[in-house]
Amino acid sequence: MPDPIADPWGRRTPYGPPGGVERLAAALPGRLRDALPAELGLGSPWPVRVDTLLDDGLTEADADGWVQGVSFLHSGGDALDFAVRDGRLVGLRGRAADRINHGRLDPRETYGRPPGAGRGERARLTRPLVREGGELVETDWDTAMGRVVARSKELLDAPGGWGRFGFYTSGRLFLEEHYTLAVLARAGIGTPHLDGNTRVCAATAAAALKASFGADGQPGSFTDIDHCDTIALWGHNVAGTHTVLWERMLDRRHGPRPPVMIAVDPDDTPPAREADVHLAVRPGTNVALMNALLHELIANNRYDAAYVGNHTLGFAELCRVVEAYPAKRAADICAVPAGLIEQAAEILGSCERLVSSVLRGFYQSNQGTAAACQVNNLHLLRGMLGRPGAGVFQMAGQPSAHNARETGTGGDLPGMRNWENPEHVRDLGALWNVDPVWGPPTHALQIFRYAEQGSINLLWIAAADPAASLPHLDRVRRTLAGEDLFVVVQDLFLTETARLADVVLPAATWGEKLGTLTSADRTVHICEKAVEPPGDARPDLDIFLDYAHRMDFCDRDGAPLIRWHDPESAFEAWKACSKGRPCDYTGITYDRLRGGSGIQWPCTPSTPHGTERLYAGGLFATDPSECQTYGYDLATGAEWGTERYRAKDPRGRAFLHAADYRPSAEVTGEGYPLLFVTGRAVCLFPAPAPAPEPGDAAREPWVEVNSQDAAALGIGDGDLVRVESRHSALEAPARVRGTRPGVVFMPFDPGMARAADELTVTGWDPVSKQPIFNVAAVRVTKVSGVNAGAGGMAEDLGSLEGSERLEEV
Amino acid sequence: MHLAHYLRLLHRSQNALAEAFREIRRGHPHEPDMYGVCECLAVQCGEQARRLEPFVRRYSAGACEEPERLHSALFSGTRPGGLGLLRDLHDLYLLATECEIAWSIVAQGAQGARDEELLEVVRHCGGDTAVQLLWLRTRMRHVAPQALVVAS
Repeated sequence: MPDPIADPWGRRTPYGPPGGVERLAAALPGRLRDALPAELGLGSPWPVRVDTLLDDGLTEADADGWVQGVSFLHSGGDALDFAVRDGRLVGLRGRAADRINHGRLDPRETYGRPPGAGRGERARLTRPLVREGGELVETDWDTAMGRVVARSKELLDAPGGWGRFGFYTSGRLFLEEHYTLAVLARAGIGTPHLDGNTRVCAATAAAALKASFGADGQPGSFTDIDHCDTIALWGHNVAGTHTVLWERMLDRRHGPRPPVMIAVDPDDTPPAREADVHLAVRPGTNVALMNALLHELIANNRYDAAYVGNHTLGFAELCRVVEAYPAKRAADICAVPAGLIEQAAEILGSCERLVSSVLRGFYQSNQGTAAACQVNNLHLLRGMLGRPGAGVFQMAGQPSAHNARETGTGGDLPGMRNWENPEHVRDLGALWNVDPVWGPPTHALQIFRYAEQGSINLLWIAAADPAASLPHLDRVRRTLAGEDLFVVVQDLFLTETARLADVVLPAATWGEKLGTLTSADRTVHICEKAVEPPGDARPDLDIFLDYAHRMDFCDRDGAPLIRWHDPESAFEAWKACSKGRPCDYTGITYDRLRGGSGIQWPCTPSTPHGTERLYAGGLFATDPSECQTYGYDLATGAEWGTERYRAKDPRGRAFLHAADYRPSAEVTGEGYPLLFVTGRAVCLFPAPAPAPEPGDAAREPWVEVNSQDAAALGIGDGDLVRVESRHSALEAPARVRGTRPGVVFMPFDPGMARAADELTVTGWDPVSKQPIFNVAAVRVTKVSGVNAGAGGMAEDLGSLEGSERLEEV
Repeated sequence: MHLAHYLRLLHRSQNALAEAFREIRRGHPHEPDMYGVCECLAVQCGEQARRLEPFVRRYSAGACEEPERLHSALFSGTRPGGLGLLRDLHDLYLLATECEIAWSIVAQGAQGARDEELLEVVRHCGGDTAVQLLWLRTRMRHVAPQALVVAS
């Protein structure tokens, strides 16, 4: 294994695209491919490279055994084996046979490893905690669960009791855990207040997929990288987020007939440097750029008229809107040369097999859903879907964000059902044998707002740390600490959120429990239990099952609502829920996931190999009886409703959604030339972290200013500066750093939280309800200079470059 | 000819709606997602009012005296809390409904006056008002159960 710092993407294994015959073979359904001669290349031509990460001084022979698993690091789904020695986890090795990674590991697995052994071990929670006289004290499971159940029953007995519960999760749970929580919350308690921090990362991806194609689910397959002739990265720093996927792209770039690469990103990321065309757009202007690219395609007749005519709706309106965006106009708005936009349009208009990947540069920016939909539009205009080498990824940064979205803990109904469709709601009622009474799902920030206002009185937070990650941290913390809110936290460490809880439940992590996980290209993997959890820690599934049992949740006939008892029976229950839906798992079993490679949904008994690409043949999930949403206005999030949707008569055609560019409400200029951003890493690698020790927190707050900006303003390192927005002002010492020019960054600081909060507003995507981040246009002035010495503090704490941190805000 | 009066009524209603969107945003600063959408809709309403101004001038020339009790106030300040937000959105819905029906009436008037230019404005702006109504309805539907049944 190479040194992860010096050589982050490992040794190159260049390869070229498969030939035309292999490409034709790859387009066939799995069972037909089985009948082909083996030399036609049943798998991908990407060479295997097995990476191994073992504890110092150990070799592969030292392991007592290897246990199959899958990475929890991000949504790539790298398959791996855990090395076990004396009941402890001592290393990882990539699985050569897996379709996702062909043996590779993300070098950061070193840091993202299950923290049961070695790193982080001492900080693990091993016993339940309850609050006694203001302090958290150790107790046993009976006492801790007894308190949760007593409070739950008390609340549930009052009128409107269902509305007094809120559940907040993360993409760190397994599919089985997500589904069990969805059933106990939606059918047991009967509440729609159920969401996760997938809202903060992936909500826009889901909203864009639903809006364009009728349902969530990534259309493409990672094997499209093998076949494509062009890769377009839309605000996605693949090198930083999906390392193994990036290696696959690099290997194609180093092999024969390499794909052309286009990167759209305000920052100078590794993909931006690798790309043939880098469009460094001004932040918040993605829609203008996309409209210009679509304008060029349409004006130069570089679209597939037959595909558009047969498989899409809304072309006339799209033409009307993008007509107003010639390259010159977009160049002015986005601050990129018009020639570069035309060059990108030329590539996108002439390629034959295009893969796109979209991430936070689009999602966590002004008009996120609208911009992401324009990438879908590009693929629809060119018919670039459902065949080898042609696919779009609306990516997620979280490991099991897709499971949250599929199973119904992420704001949608389980099985990607439509809450506005009475048939779908009745289906769930019949499946669970309960009376279906579900209203619109409540999104995460609304849940916290209800808790703040006092109408939610019990908030259950599983595997998430909102007190360290949500916008307006100061308010979030005050809410969690409030007297009237009973907070249950289920996690690995005493996180900042756990410190504010009434009951803390110690959870097991990956490698310590059994379950399945679905990657960004719909590949389902099994993750076996390799070692025992520390102390009394329990798998999240066991905790949810225990709660459901103690609460005595029943169906209409008085039988237990949740009739499963372990991961495999939970998986079987989920299969029944997924049956007939776009994410059909009915052909997958635990046995089929063991050994070999992961399997892509939809997978039914008649398509046991799974489905490599969705929407082959241009048939989309937009039929009113099938679709996951009846659609929304991209500018406001207004729901169109069933009548308007049916009137469009979609009949399996995809929607081309048009959107005019609208500048963000917080724009720089008029005396506020800089952008103030606050926060901390929240989204992409939600590796759980213990709260800082009290000593750690006793540090001075500071703001980071780019060195060029600082020079222009006459600000030196350590000077006291005043940061003023249109809303408020604060003063803090400056640190001159490599933050992006024009951006002032303030790391979260408890002492300054309220001041920073008041300075900013939270940007929102109106459709997906994904917070963009706390942002404000500001001006910075020097208040007073400071003597030397502040620099020493900066060196101690400034280990990360500001620009890196900014990416993860 | 009373078209000018109706244009003035619509113009005033659009401005009142713009101000109401701003007021509801200010009155509920901690509500998620209100800031961006309300500001955006306020700007939109203001633009719609401005687009009407040439027509108000055009038809005012031949207008008779304005009848009494033409205007009515539908929204008079925000109320606090979850139920307050619901009532405020409800008021805005009525105000937006007044705009919507006024657009529709003005459209009839414009047809009678054979004013293609005004008709074009009405077609465009009336559609925007319809989306504003949908947004208000969506927002109310989402908060109603909690505000009515759960919150005390």
